[in-house]
Amino acid sequence: MIEFQMPSLGADMEDGTLVEWKKKPGDKVKRGDIIAEVETQKGLIEIEVFDEGTIQELLIKEGTKIPVGTVMAIINPSEVTLEAKEEKTPESKPIEIQPIEEKIIVKKEKIKQKASPLARRIAEENKIDITTLKGTGPEGAVSKEDVELAIANQQPTEKAISPSDSIRSAVAAAMSKSNKEIPHYYLIKNIDISKALNWLKEINSHKPVKNRLLPIVLFIKATAKALVEFPDLNAVWENGIIQKKEINIGLVVSLKKGGIVVPAIHQVNLKSIDEIMETLNDLIPRARALKLRSSELSDSTITLTNIGDNGADAVFGIIYPPQVAIVGFGSITEQPIAENGMIGIKSCVTVTLAGDHRATDGLTGSRFLVALNYQLQNPELL
Amino acid sequence: MTEVEIIQTLFQLLKHIAPDMEPSELKPDENIRETLNIDSYDTLQFIVAINDTLGIEIPESDYGKITTLNSLTKYLVEKSNAKLKI
Repeated sequence: MIEFQMPSLGADMEDGTLVEWKKKPGDKVKRGDIIAEVETQKGLIEIEVFDEGTIQELLIKEGTKIPVGTVMAIINPSEVTLEAKEEKTPESKPIEIQPIEEKIIVKKEKIKQKASPLARRIAEENKIDITTLKGTGPEGAVSKEDVELAIANQQPTEKAISPSDSIRSAVAAAMSKSNKEIPHYYLIKNIDISKALNWLKEINSHKPVKNRLLPIVLFIKATAKALVEFPDLNAVWENGIIQKKEINIGLVVSLKKGGIVVPAIHQVNLKSIDEIMETLNDLIPRARALKLRSSELSDSTITLTNIGDNGADAVFGIIYPPQVAIVGFGSITEQPIAENGMIGIKSCVTVTLAGDHRATDGLTGSRFLVALNYQLQNPELL
Repeated sequence: MTEVEIIQTLFQLLKHIAPDMEPSELKPDENIRETLNIDSYDTLQFIVAINDTLGIEIPESDYGKITTLNSLTKYLVEKSNAKLKI
């Protein structure tokens, strides 16, 4: 039997709420099938299965908040008979929920903060951590009045949490963790992309409008090809560096109402630039609508951020843990560039690399940027 | 298609691309991308939508000519008239 667990969708995610099962007991599933939709800080995420088999049981009821790692379903890797399938209706199987709430309560009781039951309940309802309060009741117990005072001292006008607030919180959590734990080093390289843009213009002139390519596809592909030579940058840090076989580039997508999401483009080095553009056409609208799949939120092995046109010249990224690098592309600008003793006006982009100094050194990062430059000077090879 | 009709169509397309903005408040000589905070991906989608809706294909080399509502409308009216003459 395979225990299907609530996957982690990033360092900043602790739980999610099961909105809907997309499969029922008896259904066959294969790797990549959507088994459920889960509401998270990053929107409504489609959760994928990573195994092949038949759904035996769905253990969680829709509407339940589930921490990462909770067993959500049991999958039978072997075949089941048709009769067995028919016996198991979706209504019959979801069992009374796993003790998620109990788990939380148990955790809190371990802290041994004395408090009245009423005070605990009010604190929980208002998301007050009771262990942070100083009790004025008997033997220092936290009373209802203590909790009410803490609530009064909170932000006076707490508004309802909107999706953009949730995203902001998720970004804040991940970036704070990164800044606290990862010793960043930064490198910068100005790259002449005139040749690459001219090549792209020529390619686009033969394409219908809807198939045109954006410069970012060249940046994405060039980054992937350069990473093949520097696998230490395509890695995660988990008490040591762990190189990743697949090059899955997480692309920073800014949301209209603020905040970012970073969906993964899988196996970029194996995709053509047209395939990368097709992926962007699928991924960006879904990312902005906060409708991504679990693998798209969890599989990135490095991040790429791109400022776009008419913005800042350079961007110095913060690594998304547990990754060990982030590559930043600034705006494309025209610059006077000296070449062979002559000055000419060229289209340039400033590329930065933020690396985790525990995993790599500046020399590796520098060589990577040189390799990236080489790729962009030879766009026909991308 | 008249100029007014083209402007109305552009507003509808821009509203779809930038739903949080109000394209009708765009001043004729304001830079569309900067004012409505549209990135290069959305710009391409806008160009695709113009092609789908008005049947006018804007080559990349003309992107610099269509930065404002005024210049874009003028460009599309000319292209629309040229199509009618063919």
